[in-house]
Amino acid sequence: MPLRLEKRAEPSNTMALFSPVIAIALTLLFGAMVFASRGIDPLHGLYVYFLEPLSDEWNLEKLIVKATPLVLMGAGLAVSYRANVWNIGVAGQLQMGALMAGLVPVYFTSWQDPVVMPVMLALGILGGMAWAAIPAFLRVRFNANEILTSLMLVYVADFIFDWLVRGALRDPQGHNFPKTVNFAGWQNLPSWGDIHLGAVLAVIAAAGLAFMLFRMLKGFELRTLGAAPRAGRFAGFSASQSIYFCFLLAGGLAGLAGACDVMGVGHQLQTPYATPVYGFVAIIVAFLGRLNPVGAIVAGLLLALTFLGGEAAQTTLHIPDKIAKVFQGVLLFFVLACDTLVLYRIKWEARK
Amino acid sequence: MEQFYAIAITIVGASTPLLIAALGELVVERSGVLNLGVEGMMIIGAVTGFGAAYVTGNPYVGILAAIFGGMLMSLLFGFLTLTLLANQVATGLAITLLGIGLSALIGENLVGKQITRVPNFQGVDILIVFSFILVGLVSWFLFRTRYGLMVRAVGDNHSSAHAMGFSVIGLRYACVAFGGGCAGLAGGYLSLAQTPQWVENMTAGRGWIALALVVFATWLPQRLLFGAYLFGTISILAFTVQTFGWGIPSQLLSSTPYLVTVVALVLISRNKRLLTANTPACLGQAFVADR
Amino acid sequence: MVDLLAAKNIVKIFGTLRANDDVSLSVKQGEIHALLGENGAGKSTLVKMIYGALQPSSGHFEWLGKQIAIESPSAARALGVGMVFQHFSLFEALTAAENIALALPGKFDVNTLSERVRKLSADYGLPVDPAASIADLSVGQRQRVEIVRCLLQNPKLLILDEPTSVLTPQEADQLFITLRRLAAEGCAVLYISHRLEEVRQLCSAATVLRHGKVVAACDPRKETPASLARMMVGTDVEAVHATINHHLGPVRLALNALSTKADGFAVAMKNAMLEVRGGEVVAIAGVAGNGQSEFFDALSGETAANRADAVMMDGVPCGFENITRRRKRGAAFVPEERLGHAAVPAFALSNNTVLTRHAVDEGLAKRGVINLSMAMRIAGKVIAAYDVRKGKPDPEARSLSGGNLQKFTVGRELERRPGILVVNQPTWGVDAGAAATIRQALIDLARSGSAVVVISQDLDEIFEIADRIAVISRGQLSRAEPKNTWTLEKIGLAMAGAHEVAHAA
Repeated sequence: MPLRLEKRAEPSNTMALFSPVIAIALTLLFGAMVFASRGIDPLHGLYVYFLEPLSDEWNLEKLIVKATPLVLMGAGLAVSYRANVWNIGVAGQLQMGALMAGLVPVYFTSWQDPVVMPVMLALGILGGMAWAAIPAFLRVRFNANEILTSLMLVYVADFIFDWLVRGALRDPQGHNFPKTVNFAGWQNLPSWGDIHLGAVLAVIAAAGLAFMLFRMLKGFELRTLGAAPRAGRFAGFSASQSIYFCFLLAGGLAGLAGACDVMGVGHQLQTPYATPVYGFVAIIVAFLGRLNPVGAIVAGLLLALTFLGGEAAQTTLHIPDKIAKVFQGVLLFFVLACDTLVLYRIKWEARK
Repeated sequence: MEQFYAIAITIVGASTPLLIAALGELVVERSGVLNLGVEGMMIIGAVTGFGAAYVTGNPYVGILAAIFGGMLMSLLFGFLTLTLLANQVATGLAITLLGIGLSALIGENLVGKQITRVPNFQGVDILIVFSFILVGLVSWFLFRTRYGLMVRAVGDNHSSAHAMGFSVIGLRYACVAFGGGCAGLAGGYLSLAQTPQWVENMTAGRGWIALALVVFATWLPQRLLFGAYLFGTISILAFTVQTFGWGIPSQLLSSTPYLVTVVALVLISRNKRLLTANTPACLGQAFVADR
Repeated sequence: MVDLLAAKNIVKIFGTLRANDDVSLSVKQGEIHALLGENGAGKSTLVKMIYGALQPSSGHFEWLGKQIAIESPSAARALGVGMVFQHFSLFEALTAAENIALALPGKFDVNTLSERVRKLSADYGLPVDPAASIADLSVGQRQRVEIVRCLLQNPKLLILDEPTSVLTPQEADQLFITLRRLAAEGCAVLYISHRLEEVRQLCSAATVLRHGKVVAACDPRKETPASLARMMVGTDVEAVHATINHHLGPVRLALNALSTKADGFAVAMKNAMLEVRGGEVVAIAGVAGNGQSEFFDALSGETAANRADAVMMDGVPCGFENITRRRKRGAAFVPEERLGHAAVPAFALSNNTVLTRHAVDEGLAKRGVINLSMAMRIAGKVIAAYDVRKGKPDPEARSLSGGNLQKFTVGRELERRPGILVVNQPTWGVDAGAAATIRQALIDLARSGSAVVVISQDLDEIFEIADRIAVISRGQLSRAEPKNTWTLEKIGLAMAGAHEVAHAA
């Protein structure tokens, strides 16, 4: 093997900072190649995809709106993954949050006072938590692999959501469209332009989680259990508790993301809503942000840009917006590959 | 009788891709590698297989292309996790994500196209037969041959295997490629034999169920046969029940395979003895040789 | 006579470390040749090169006078080199016969092989059941599998890396008989050890390594243990100073029929009885894998005991308390595994200080927020007091050498002046100087009124520091008796499980 890795004595701080930048640069290079292969001038393609969406205020607002749920979910996942708790079912937790929040406008359509908004948000958080509690419980109680159970529950959540929105929760005056009544007044989030309160909550959550993760004993506990479970037990920390904590935290945030999304953007529930793949994007956010909740803010914005760029590419360049998913997947690849540089030096050696 | 046979054949059709994909992943995990990208490799296999069959008009070329597509994806996974030592869980997710996006992009012009289906006799095609042979082959390989023993040894303790002079990384690359080929073939089965057409996202979580099946079978090929057919049967029955008009919501029935997966995982995992007896001890751990 | 194997000016460099520096030695046919040296002297590195698992950076090997390159372990095996590893290279999930089959070239046939294994192992007095799963075998039995595996290849050179560290004295004697017979049959043996007495008994030649260099080649039968030790260590190691303590305090740690659950491959503790008074060091002797870590976990609270009063600390029942509660009672613990148990490899020493002290140091985690500067201060004190050598102010645990990290993990607990201290293998893999420092610190702590329990496989260490000794075997703990009532023979029998009938205390 001509390529080999040499372990660094200490992790490189420079690389810790630069590896995401290198990963993004490589993704752009890959993008240029894709555009060129389709007969599009690569520079023009990159411009349309990655820069045009940032060119006016209206687009920037859209970017932030798109990023909001990704940051909320990514920040929670960053904490989970640090603790080696592999929740990959945030999409389902998001749907359950949206669903729970949506119950209020459907069943208490006329409830209009300032209390209804926090109640809906709280219901959203509870919905996400409840859904996330299932894989946590199954893992702690029965040792069932949380990666698989949490993902399976995404499909189940999707079916429940679909069933209810087509059935019990459907707007009777909605001409049989699979959607609920419109949320009204206090049932929506306050907004500034397109940007809604959720964006503020996302920033607060990310900052708070970063403080918890790096300054507080709880965060120390999670990082310890993630890095060396045996040492965590020796320190007196409970692995079971941390599994619950991480699932409830990330699930709650995903539920909040779902509630914010329907209260700030959709103003109704409609199906189809979120796919499992949407949850994977949140996973990319967590990794691209170097499993740092504050990093998830930057990463969330970047991933939001890939969505907007995909739309732009479809309208301007006539490339299917599926290309967004390809860029997202490739970006995660490069992020993971470049992370190797933090711990290892790459050496090329001549074949013997 | 005829109706019974028809249902039986659909059950076989539903079980075969699960069986093939899970057999591949079983070998991968036996070597100590956890590749969560089965779903992504399957969908790539489905689209490359369908595309090749459409272009050449030959479904057998499609089968080879499906294997090749899945294998390419798995080698990407191997390069990241085995050479660059990236996190296996995250890389597997990246494979899935990339597979879903890339297949949609490749397949945009294949939607709605017709191909020649893999020929079958009374509903039984060559891939179904092959899936049964594969169970025996994998079992024989892992438990009766030197290389199979080496694979299990590498999965059990990679440091010792290295000290013995086995090429840990080489064996793992081979297993990962085999798993990728199987996943690709399983995807190809969907687009070339079962439906036969290309639909975006047509694997619909089957890759994940295959992963769960490996755990359910406690890493034993024979149990995998049982598990795959159990799941195939349940999903077809749930589908059949929908046509009875009993008023059970179709969404509930559609979610049965996923719910059954969760229940099966719980049932098998709570028995620690059963699970740990065959779990490869190095599953998911990166290997670095000191030199 | 022609040398069977000669190493010529071997150099091996890892990063900046010269693990082997111009090493030359020669082994003759039918000779039992000792490779002596402290931990980290480069013995394992050298034999790994002879076995083809590592390649020298420069220098070469000669086999029967001809220059050769040993490119892989299979090349070494083809040459006639067999190796018994210190940390065995067996696969737990496979059977003994499958393990052996993997190492043998030629036709792959487990069934006929099993027959050969049974015959040969009986012939050499090393009984092995070919169908047994390695996971179910004791450490001594596993070693036999390894040796039989080598013998089946008709080796011309057999390398053994610290083979007796996992054996009872009686098992070791049986091994020596086998080795002498092999030598008489013309097989050369390269015997790695730091146990001087057995080297003097067994070997007819010795090469001594220190810091990667050959410092002496001698006939060990003509040396004294002291002269050999000087060659190994370089300077005279300061003797550990232990006076007999006649002023024992009250019982601080008591075990009343302590039992633990058998879980998976763990060895369950059965009705352990023990009382440790303030002022004394009680050592727990035993062969690896006889329940030492389970015993440690039950004392530390990482696993709960069968009853609350099964573990009493200063008279308070705490069998159901977790490790944090027990620490708050003044107890402290040092586990065997430094990286991953006693310390988080990727964390800085300051953070590793928080690991065991977050609940016992006032203000270290105030209202849930960690006081990092306080953690740094404590880490600094430990580093200064126990002479932890490091490259930068607050390094990661994994960047420290084994000895220095051990000084840190022991020092981190000693600095608290705990009333009860439980240590598992306090000097495993530690150089002589650091080992002496640690042993002295343990004795000093006991003499200041604390109860100290030392779990160790090293009988020399046990006889050096213990006031009383108990033996653990298959989860059973013998009575703790004063040091002077134990002989090596008696302790060996107890380690092999002879006391199990008479354990009722």
